[in-house]
Amino acid sequence: MLLNVTNLNCRRGPKLIIANVSLSVTAGECIILRGPNGSGKTTLLRFLAGLSDNAGIKTYNNSIAYSGHLDGVKSTLTVNENLSFWAGIYATNNLDKVIKKLNLEDLSNNLVGELSTGQKRRLGLARMLISNAKIWLMDEPTSSLDTSTSSLIFEAINLHCKNDGAAIISTHINLNIPKSRVLNMEDFAVKREDEDDPFLKGSFQ
Amino acid sequence: MKSLILRDLRLAVRSGGGFALTLSFFLIVVMMVPFGVGANLDLLARIAPGVLWIGALLSCLLSLDRIFQLDWEDGTLEALATSPIPLSGIATAKATAHWIITGLPITIAAIPLGYLLNLETEAYIWLVASLSVGTPALSFIGAFGAAITVGIKRGGLLLSLLVLPLYIPTLMLGAQCVTIGSETPIKLLALVAAISLFCIALIPFACAIALRANLK
Amino acid sequence: MSLWEYANPAKFMALSARILPYLAIASSCLLLAGLFWGFFLTPADYKQGSTVKIIFLHVPAALMAINAWLMMLVTSLVWLIRRHHVSALAAKAAAPIGITMTLIAIATGAIWGKPMWGTYWAWDPRLTSFMILLVFYFGYLALWEAIEDKDTAADLTSTLCIVGSIFALLSRYAVNFWSQGLHQGASLSLDKEQHVDNTFYLPLLVCIVGMVLLFLTLVLIRTRTEIRSRRLIALRLRGI
Repeated sequence: MLLNVTNLNCRRGPKLIIANVSLSVTAGECIILRGPNGSGKTTLLRFLAGLSDNAGIKTYNNSIAYSGHLDGVKSTLTVNENLSFWAGIYATNNLDKVIKKLNLEDLSNNLVGELSTGQKRRLGLARMLISNAKIWLMDEPTSSLDTSTSSLIFEAINLHCKNDGAAIISTHINLNIPKSRVLNMEDFAVKREDEDDPFLKGSFQ
Repeated sequence: MKSLILRDLRLAVRSGGGFALTLSFFLIVVMMVPFGVGANLDLLARIAPGVLWIGALLSCLLSLDRIFQLDWEDGTLEALATSPIPLSGIATAKATAHWIITGLPITIAAIPLGYLLNLETEAYIWLVASLSVGTPALSFIGAFGAAITVGIKRGGLLLSLLVLPLYIPTLMLGAQCVTIGSETPIKLLALVAAISLFCIALIPFACAIALRANLK
Repeated sequence: MSLWEYANPAKFMALSARILPYLAIASSCLLLAGLFWGFFLTPADYKQGSTVKIIFLHVPAALMAINAWLMMLVTSLVWLIRRHHVSALAAKAAAPIGITMTLIAIATGAIWGKPMWGTYWAWDPRLTSFMILLVFYFGYLALWEAIEDKDTAADLTSTLCIVGSIFALLSRYAVNFWSQGLHQGASLSLDKEQHVDNTFYLPLLVCIVGMVLLFLTLVLIRTRTEIRSRRLIALRLRGI
């Protein structure tokens, strides 16, 4: 088991977005979060990534890599400089392998500012690979991408899960990833009685 | 952490020459003083320590909002927050990079600028000494202010309002140290160094709290 | 039944509603009595004349200016450690009162200073420290206003209060080094403690206690208002 969550409540600001979330992830699993906009997919992923209070989350293997709506790449640096920076941060040395795997060799000396959206997204994916993290958390990884780049990303996720990794992805698209299960965010929607704004408890004066 | 410092240095140099802007501002501020108070050399010599220190800290202020804002805007800060490096380490690295780009050049540039203001000859050594041990405090305190205001668009003015009062102890002691006739500049220098060391050791944790609050 | 129970907004509102009338009456009585006693019923000091009587307003205000910040420091720590919303709101509520007290202290100090030493203001350590405290207050309030999400604002302002307290303390001592260096002639010695004999001491004490109670009253009132405005926000959000 790589990650276990029990009875998690996630807030965005003062508002409770999802309640009583419980899920567990084992190696090789890919979990797909489905739900309309505002149902809490981003909120949940950010919580799992550790960007909010972490009560209720247990990871058995500490490595998590998170990719959100923004790419996290610097446009005034080259591809190589961006990725070697991440390799230094994560203290890994698989940089050359990753560049080869994602076909970034030709671009490695280009400034990121000159790249297209799809190419920048590949850079974000490269960061996930460089991190050597077991669990990938990705928020809409294929938004505004064409089909070929999208399938490149799904292949990478697939391969990662096959290699004993796990992924939790939020997406609107139907992925062809075997051994994936869908988590419907509406199962965790907040019911009236769950709302716990501390200012609304008790009688008013 | 080292890769973060190097990357920040590289980024600063790529986007507009790094310390050139800071030094130009320092020069302009120092130039304003004779324009404002007249070019009486005795007067300038008396106020030179304070003017140089104030110019130094105002020039530091300029580049403070870049410390975290740029990474915040393109998602790098989030990515760094989820990396193995703790937020306090990130804050330390960025404050150090800021000092290398800002504090260090300011310390060196203060020498010719001191000459413009007719600074007393014996004061130069104390000028360089106090600035070199005092500017780290400015960078680290500034990083704290930047961490607090990172989520506020165009928060530069608020940043200044928050950071300048925190600069007061360093300014008072540093400028005093350079003033000829003040007692025991060594003691004052030691105090400035103590404040800087304190900031380097503890401010990153305050930065981490602020960044975490903003990232929620 | 521990003090922490009143960190719950509803319980806090109930308790504060009960004690507020008594606090308000007690504080106004004490303060008015103390001021009247001090201003009209004490003899004029043979050295300083009648103007020294401003001390009955000046000293309590100055004390509260500092204590308000200390209270903000404690409540900020409570918020960061135990996440009690009432604590964070109490800190926010106390800030404008602290600012007012500081301004009163500075103004009354100026009124006292002019006939005594011939100047409304001097850059001596004590006065300067109050000026520095004032700008720390301003920064704190400005930060509350600048952040939309209230809980984030509470986190950030609490951190600012704690860091600010450390630097305010550092300034307090740095000022001593600084003012010695200025060859400006003798610094003014505003030693209020010297020669305060009993006829002055007792009304002063009454005024101080009255001011403390006034501070408590005002903080409670303002905190209640803050709680109500947060309830409004919560209700509005619920409707979304």
